[in-house]
Amino acid sequence: MLKQTLAVTGMNLKALPQRLGTSSVIIVGIAGVVAVLVSVLAMVVGFRATMENTGRDDRALVLRGGSQAEINSSLSREDAQTILDTAGLRRDAQGEAIACPEVVVIISMKTLADASDANVTLRGTCDKLAALRPEFKLVAGRMYAPAVRELIVGQSAAQQFDNLAIGDEIEFRDSSWTVVGHFSTGGDNHESELLADNETVLSAYRRNGYQSLTAMLESPAQFTAFKDALTTNPTLKVDARTEPQYYAQQSEQLTKVLNFLAYFVGGIMAIGAMFGALNTMYTAVSSRSVEIATLRALGFSSMPVVMSVIVEAVVLALIGGLIGSALAWLFFNGNAVSTLGGNFSQVVFRLTVSGGLIVTGITWACAIGLIGGLFPAIRAARLPIAEALRAH
Amino acid sequence: MKFFPLIWASLWRKKARTLLTLLSIVVAFLLFGMLQGVNSAINRGVELANVDRLITINKLSLTEPLPISYLNQINAVSGVEGVAYATWFGSYYQEPQQFVFGSPVDPELYLPLVPELQIADESVRKLTQTRTGAVVGQALMAKYDWSVGDRIPIQSSIWTKAADGTSNWEFDIVGTYTVPSDANQEQGFLFNHSYFDEARAFGNGTVGWYLIKVSDPGRAAEVARAVDALFANSSAETKTQSEKEFSQSFIKQFGDINFIVTAILGAVFFTLLFLTGNTMMQSVRERAPELAVLKTLGFSDTTVTVFVVIESLLLCLFAAVLGLGLSSLMFPAMKGVIGQATLPADVVLSGLIAAVLLALVIALIPALRTMRLSIVDALAGR
Repeated sequence: MLKQTLAVTGMNLKALPQRLGTSSVIIVGIAGVVAVLVSVLAMVVGFRATMENTGRDDRALVLRGGSQAEINSSLSREDAQTILDTAGLRRDAQGEAIACPEVVVIISMKTLADASDANVTLRGTCDKLAALRPEFKLVAGRMYAPAVRELIVGQSAAQQFDNLAIGDEIEFRDSSWTVVGHFSTGGDNHESELLADNETVLSAYRRNGYQSLTAMLESPAQFTAFKDALTTNPTLKVDARTEPQYYAQQSEQLTKVLNFLAYFVGGIMAIGAMFGALNTMYTAVSSRSVEIATLRALGFSSMPVVMSVIVEAVVLALIGGLIGSALAWLFFNGNAVSTLGGNFSQVVFRLTVSGGLIVTGITWACAIGLIGGLFPAIRAARLPIAEALRAH
Repeated sequence: MKFFPLIWASLWRKKARTLLTLLSIVVAFLLFGMLQGVNSAINRGVELANVDRLITINKLSLTEPLPISYLNQINAVSGVEGVAYATWFGSYYQEPQQFVFGSPVDPELYLPLVPELQIADESVRKLTQTRTGAVVGQALMAKYDWSVGDRIPIQSSIWTKAADGTSNWEFDIVGTYTVPSDANQEQGFLFNHSYFDEARAFGNGTVGWYLIKVSDPGRAAEVARAVDALFANSSAETKTQSEKEFSQSFIKQFGDINFIVTAILGAVFFTLLFLTGNTMMQSVRERAPELAVLKTLGFSDTTVTVFVVIESLLLCLFAAVLGLGLSSLMFPAMKGVIGQATLPADVVLSGLIAAVLLALVIALIPALRTMRLSIVDALAGR
């Protein structure tokens, strides 16, 4: 039985090049589905990687109560001091909390791609930055000096937006700011931002209050106690979230939309490709009807014939799936794109065609091939031998 | 026309094959209808944008405020017919997910500038008389089942009140408005700027953006430049754009939706072309003897070729109508997402044009083959 199956399937696959025209319908159809599916999911994976990378369990973000994003929040200097004095924060050798009250403002920049407007975040941070964000590294130039209008630029932002090379001058708030360095934060959300000293930003914007406070906790387990201490303090009206909580919330909407797009559009396309596969395999079966009938007349049972048709469909689907994944990888992997994030400013992320996505794509391809091969295979098995032989 | 039954019969010569081909084209047009429909719904705001209205925002970004004192200065610019202002309230009802597009405005300045917004005079009068009054878009009223006279608690994620430091605001609904030209805009919640400015904890004396009506749309660019020149080198420089430019650049910030839709549809139609073209060629190849018989009977080369082309047209158009019909059935379900419940007519039209083009391209090779078919060879089965 196994031997029969192998023989028929082998013969069948060897004859594939002769039916290249019709067989390529399955390959191209499925390649299209998989390419679209994998490309859109690559956006989800890339976006989530950027957002989730930003978080550490032992870092908390404090915003004014009711604020959903930093840009909408505000914290007075007194509030910031109260939060800094709360128990549970990690402290350095001098006994000062490793935490930064930060200012977030939005600057309108031009994209490098087509000079369209883009909102970019300028974050004013404090001198605890290096301890607070150990992932922060200067990759070019130098650090900004406090009290001077200097800023440093995230790598992703520098690649996406115009006028952010070291030495460039950015005009805003009646004065020009000099770009003095580029930094990396391991590919997270902050790499789409510009960084400067918080007091310098406050004075330029003539403001006297912060937007948010990011603090390093003694341990992730301290978060609940820290949060309770803040929310039960009657002088404060603030909310605390761990960074992963905050960024998961920020990315929820877009992830939902992209997932819906990927599976909905991919699903409809898959149905279309399935019709194409069915068509091709029915044609293949009918063009091979004499051959199949001859095999059956020679004593081959119907199972090997069924298997050979299904294997043919799945092999073609597999090739299609591989081509589709390869196309998605070739064209989109590593492409930097940006969208409007939770802070009403641009988040730059890279499309990531991960191994998991390729597996997903190929699984879909095989499923389409399997269904596309199943019904024609059943027809092949039921072929009346005598009639099929007489037909020619 | 008398040959229609003949074409119809040859189209359904192999029922299973034609049905499967038909279904894959239906699927493609279903996607076409939905993606283009959503795309056009998103771009609708851009198309409907008024040509004689400008928007002035802070040059730094939309989130930075502008002083209210700019009102009179802008009014004095030549070519300006009217000026109003509004502010982003960032509000939601009960849950942060239940977004409300709230905006404090001065009704007497704002409403005359947006004539597309239809509101009863009585409601306008009540709004100006009620300090905490609000007029709400019809769609938003229906969404939360509000009625005129209700007192509604609204949370703002930006603005706190000076009195109690909370962001809980309360409004009395005094009327509703409709926007017949675009149901999307009926999600708004307009209330008195005077109340807002008095009650808020910070930012007093500022507004979010200015809306300018120009007397002559041809001079819009000139007026925009004049307004920006007025505030150049001040502490709040401005950027004035036409409404259309403003919406375009806003949508663009979310990403290149046009590109994504075009790329996906490109992949779908390329696949389809391949699939259907192949089936059609196969069918013509199989029918070569029949076509030869037709030619023998005296049908000219052209007539037989036209039969093949019409067959392809029939298939594609029929499938396109089915697919677009299906997608228009799915539109009411998407109302919550895109705010529009019908498939736009221009999408239907471009879908039908796409179907005709598709049919012609698919029929190209089989038609040439039919044209050149030699009777003797075909009948001999060569």
